[in-house]
Amino acid sequence: MPTLTMTVNGVQHTLDVPAGRFLSEVLRYDLKLTGVKIGCNEAECGACTVLVNGRSVDSCIFPALKAQGAEVLTIEGLADTWRKQQSASASVHLHENGDQGAELETLHPLQEAFVRYGATQCGFCTPGFIMQAKTLLDANLDPGDEEIKHCLKDTYCRCTGYASIINAVKAAAEKMRTGQMPEPSLPEHVEPLHYVGQPLPRPDAIDKVTGRALYADDYWFEGMLYGATLRSEHPHARILSIDASAAEALPGVWCVLTQKDVPGALRHGLVEADWPVFAGGDYAARYVGDPIALVVAETDELAHDALKLIRVEYEVLPAVTDPVTARRPDAPVLHPDRPDGNLLKHIKVRHGDIEAGFAAADVIVERTYRTPMTEHAFLEPECSIGVPAGWNDPCFGYHDKLTVYVGSQIPYADRDQVARCLGLPKEAVRIKGTVMGGGFGGKEDIAGQIHAALAAQVTGRPVKILYTREESLRFHPKRHPTIIRIKTGAKRDGTITAVEAELYGDSGAYASLGEKVMTRATTHATGPYVVGSAKIDCYAMYTNNAPCGAFRGFGVTQSAFAVESNMDIVAEALGMDPIEFRRKNAMRVGAVTATGQVLRESVGLLTCLEKVEKAIQEWWLEREQEGRGVGVEKGECASPSDRLSSSLFAPLRVGNKVYAWGVAAGYKNTGLGGGAPDKSEAEIEVFPNGCAEIRTSSAEMGQNLIGVLAACTAEELGLPIRNVRVLVMDTDLTPDGGPTTASRQTYLSGNAARLAARAMRERLQGVVAEKFDVPPEVIAFHEGLAYVDEARLAAVRGETQGAQKGSRHLLQHLRPAISRSRSLPFAEAVKLLIEEGRSPKLRYEYWAPKTQPLGTGGDMHFAFSYAVHAALVSIDTETGEVTVERVVSAHDVGRAINPLSLLGQIEGGIVMGLGNALTEHYIVENGVPWTRHLGQYKMPGIKHAPQMCNFIVEDPTAEGPYGAKGVGEISSIPISPAITNAIYNAVGVRCLALPVDQDALLLAMKRGERELDRRWGDPPIDSPTSR
Amino acid sequence: MRWRAYHTPATIEEALALLSRYEGAAQLVAGGTDLILDVQQGNHATPQALIDVTTIRGLDAIREEGGWIVIGAATTHAALESSPLIRSYGTALAESCSVVGGPQVRNVATIGGNVAHALPAADGTIGLLALDAEVQICTWNGVGVECAWQPLLSIFAGPGKNRLAINQMIGAFRFPMRAERTGSAFDRIMRPQGVALPILGVAAQVTLDESSERATAVTIALGPAGPIPFRATESETILLDAPRLDEAAIEAAVVAAQRQAELRTSKHRASKEYRHEMVAVLLRRVLPKAIERAQSRSRFV
Repeated sequence: MPTLTMTVNGVQHTLDVPAGRFLSEVLRYDLKLTGVKIGCNEAECGACTVLVNGRSVDSCIFPALKAQGAEVLTIEGLADTWRKQQSASASVHLHENGDQGAELETLHPLQEAFVRYGATQCGFCTPGFIMQAKTLLDANLDPGDEEIKHCLKDTYCRCTGYASIINAVKAAAEKMRTGQMPEPSLPEHVEPLHYVGQPLPRPDAIDKVTGRALYADDYWFEGMLYGATLRSEHPHARILSIDASAAEALPGVWCVLTQKDVPGALRHGLVEADWPVFAGGDYAARYVGDPIALVVAETDELAHDALKLIRVEYEVLPAVTDPVTARRPDAPVLHPDRPDGNLLKHIKVRHGDIEAGFAAADVIVERTYRTPMTEHAFLEPECSIGVPAGWNDPCFGYHDKLTVYVGSQIPYADRDQVARCLGLPKEAVRIKGTVMGGGFGGKEDIAGQIHAALAAQVTGRPVKILYTREESLRFHPKRHPTIIRIKTGAKRDGTITAVEAELYGDSGAYASLGEKVMTRATTHATGPYVVGSAKIDCYAMYTNNAPCGAFRGFGVTQSAFAVESNMDIVAEALGMDPIEFRRKNAMRVGAVTATGQVLRESVGLLTCLEKVEKAIQEWWLEREQEGRGVGVEKGECASPSDRLSSSLFAPLRVGNKVYAWGVAAGYKNTGLGGGAPDKSEAEIEVFPNGCAEIRTSSAEMGQNLIGVLAACTAEELGLPIRNVRVLVMDTDLTPDGGPTTASRQTYLSGNAARLAARAMRERLQGVVAEKFDVPPEVIAFHEGLAYVDEARLAAVRGETQGAQKGSRHLLQHLRPAISRSRSLPFAEAVKLLIEEGRSPKLRYEYWAPKTQPLGTGGDMHFAFSYAVHAALVSIDTETGEVTVERVVSAHDVGRAINPLSLLGQIEGGIVMGLGNALTEHYIVENGVPWTRHLGQYKMPGIKHAPQMCNFIVEDPTAEGPYGAKGVGEISSIPISPAITNAIYNAVGVRCLALPVDQDALLLAMKRGERELDRRWGDPPIDSPTSR
Repeated sequence: MRWRAYHTPATIEEALALLSRYEGAAQLVAGGTDLILDVQQGNHATPQALIDVTTIRGLDAIREEGGWIVIGAATTHAALESSPLIRSYGTALAESCSVVGGPQVRNVATIGGNVAHALPAADGTIGLLALDAEVQICTWNGVGVECAWQPLLSIFAGPGKNRLAINQMIGAFRFPMRAERTGSAFDRIMRPQGVALPILGVAAQVTLDESSERATAVTIALGPAGPIPFRATESETILLDAPRLDEAAIEAAVVAAQRQAELRTSKHRASKEYRHEMVAVLLRRVLPKAIERAQSRSRFV
């Protein structure tokens, strides 16, 4: 084996490496520098970026032996290198900001800025970004947007939407120039409490910017084996036989597992158990990607090599690959054990008299829209590690039960499904969450969890299963492609009288969450509007495509595209301004939804419309006053007289480009709804050292739930937030927080944490009150002190009247007057509690308000979030290229618990929705994916990131924590139709299908066509055989 | 399965001797950003050995030599993008190299690799072609190495196929160093979806006469417009014959290029009709820019 000598982070290493090893593998697996991430293994995503002799490279395809004699710098060595450079230089500027301040000061300014600016969310891409950005700052300490975008062009982030990254790079540069780091600017929000409402950096931010955070593939256990999965080559095929003898004979291969090795249930599924652990026997393979066998071997490479030696005899069955065909009576049936053929679910909404509604309409618009299958493209591919019961690891300790390490959105569901398929009681399985590199709905279903547990059980060894990017693309459930016919009727005054819609959702091979997703698409198919009548039918169909399930927006992304496109068409037909038409019909307090729900509070849609409208007006005004053109940043100019009408949505021509705004609104439920019991449980424990720990199984996947839980807990206990630890995603140590889906965790687990902390506060109030001989309610907590609130005491005793309406307010914002004799440290209060024999630990089970099933009327959901997005697009009239230049948004989220993280959710959601409109399509042709690599699936890169101006609207919901409702999904919903509406406003072509194809758009413009049904990914027309 | 040996020769002789010894089972590699991906993704058989040419001394040099700019085959895209020599004498090449991938890729991907991969729309290749470049082919004859210059176009056999034998490699590229009244430019059309290959790339170089009105030399490269990188020779002739390089001349060149180019529809990338339009759009952008650069250099040189 060749010998490689190189210096890594200042330390020389000499090691023997196989000739075919890549630098990323040597760094990660041989030197355990796991801050070097592997996101794609095809030099596409940039997560593996390291510096070799000062130049950045994608280490995933960089042969290790190329680094012979080189100096390599990884994220782990960045801060040290920086400190060494600085030690000679002058003053160190200290910041008093939050609780991570001290350690932050020891980091490289880029690391510090990524923390302070919220530029790290899931964190998987962060090391690559920081290392790549370093190469820019090495040469240029005052980079502009264009230079930053040029530098970070092929480094991808799926969480942030890039805005915070650009700002962080600039802030780091400023600190390197001036010694001072500027504060991030945030949207206006209501006055914060102590912690709730404060833009605090996320608790795990430093771990993520230093490469310390451990994702599943960063764990190694002694004696660990590796699993690789053989997957079906056919969209539909019966497995006649599997000959694994050659694979099993390979030295180093421990076993090949198939269906016959599954001791318990043969199928799993979150809603319906229809998905085989391994296809075989009674269960045909139903899509390209269905697992057939698992090889367990001593190395990952060996396991993958052995896959090629397995011979599978298939009986290829006819496949059905579109949902409309799937509904025909003669279509091949996927699941013969189901009652309704390929129909997963027929979902209906009936509201009012639809015929009378259309009869009353002056304008009726009917169109059919298509949305693409899309892929979550979380940067961290799925990884599960099964550890057998009784395994003692020198690093990770003794495992008293079968344990699966995994980054999953629903740990308890994983536990139950693993147990069921292994024939074990639930209590015999533990799911232990790792740091998670994004989810977006794509890590709710089972991926490798059951296989890893089974393999650990069979071999008695820890077994890691890491999916390759190709496998991840091929395997996990996607966003449903839909075909949506929608007919909207409105009166001349703009009142919507009727909405009729028919939706086909391609749910793919297995149920996953398809029924729920398409239900949400259906119930939201009237948009956030009051409509006189509605008749909506949705057919969620099984097909032999990849299963479709949860994906940020959960069906509403799809129906919103159809609804909001139709809204603009109707407005135009009526001669109404698009915002005015929406305002006329907008949901407001007292309105009734098409499912029969009366909206009693927290409907901030009108405010959102107003904010966005005002921002567009101001944009025009600025241009008129200053005589500036749209493209002024790019050195282009247009005079305001180029504006073709007085409408806010008029096109503006600058050279060969046409600019126009487009708008769309949306709403999205918070929580499961539809009658599903919805609860989260949290456990709090307080310690005699003055700390508290809050525990719930809810998933942290980058959204900063842990920061929300910490803020709620610290707020209620009056503890410094640094004294609050958060533990999530462990089925043995954390109670069930329910699934991390449906924008529900801030509301559900936020409430569970808040109420658990409040209950603990009351318990502490009791013991402290006894000590000072006062009523418990006058004991207050502030920054780690429990004290007698004299004002409150006076009020209780009736000494002061009307006591200070403002006192609560004062308590929250000023340091209260605390008498030394009538106060004690929080730690002492905990000691008192324990001395009294009372438990320092309690659990709170929070149940969200009850909801009703669809069709029964009443409250289908307990809260909705609202948003309005406006996009300014430019279209190159020579090439058809579409660019989103600016986005203005307003989101009603009830309450901003952490405005920094909230902004991150908004910016990230908007850019993800931009991808849905313009760049993304997971293409499957006759059941076979054309999209095999990340290089064929382009999520928006930094060059696509528009300038964003985001408003926060806080119309509180009474039951939400401090008034908060969800935001995770709504931020990605209205943007797609806002973009296509803008395209129409600019060039007069209505895009009925996503993603927009510049090729077809240009040709439509040339031919004077007004409507375009072709989109990127549709088969070429003129020569189907071409390359 | 991966390659079982990785060689890092110090000279061309050493590299070619090794390559010959493997009798086709080894593959030369430079940045690896095309080859290694092809191997990893099963589009190229796994070679027994890789021979890394970037360790060859001097193979990454850019220099002036006897009226030519000479570029070592292992010069990276990043080096070409930022080289003052290339920026001033081969602007089209600097521009075309600056848009390939991201910096991580350009820091390792080489111009020799780009040409050897022989894709008809490779940006670097299109840029070089517009500079009327030649390629130096080095051949191992069993004892030593012989190097010879030949026109760049002669190296391409078809999409993804070059004409190099298993005892040959690219040593360098060169193009004439035209200081006066010469300008070049590159532009391309991408789409935001699917594979990162251009829908169309166009590069052109123009040399003007003393009046700055007529062309004395014109080269136009574009791709994909056939199985190999393409020179729009009919357009070149029209521009050379034109009494003035005005809009009418450019429009005539556009029509000729559209006629001569073998455009086609490639799945999920572009329709033939769209490419036809883009030939015009890009020529109308690139030619005036090249002419303007040529004019400005006549003023200052």
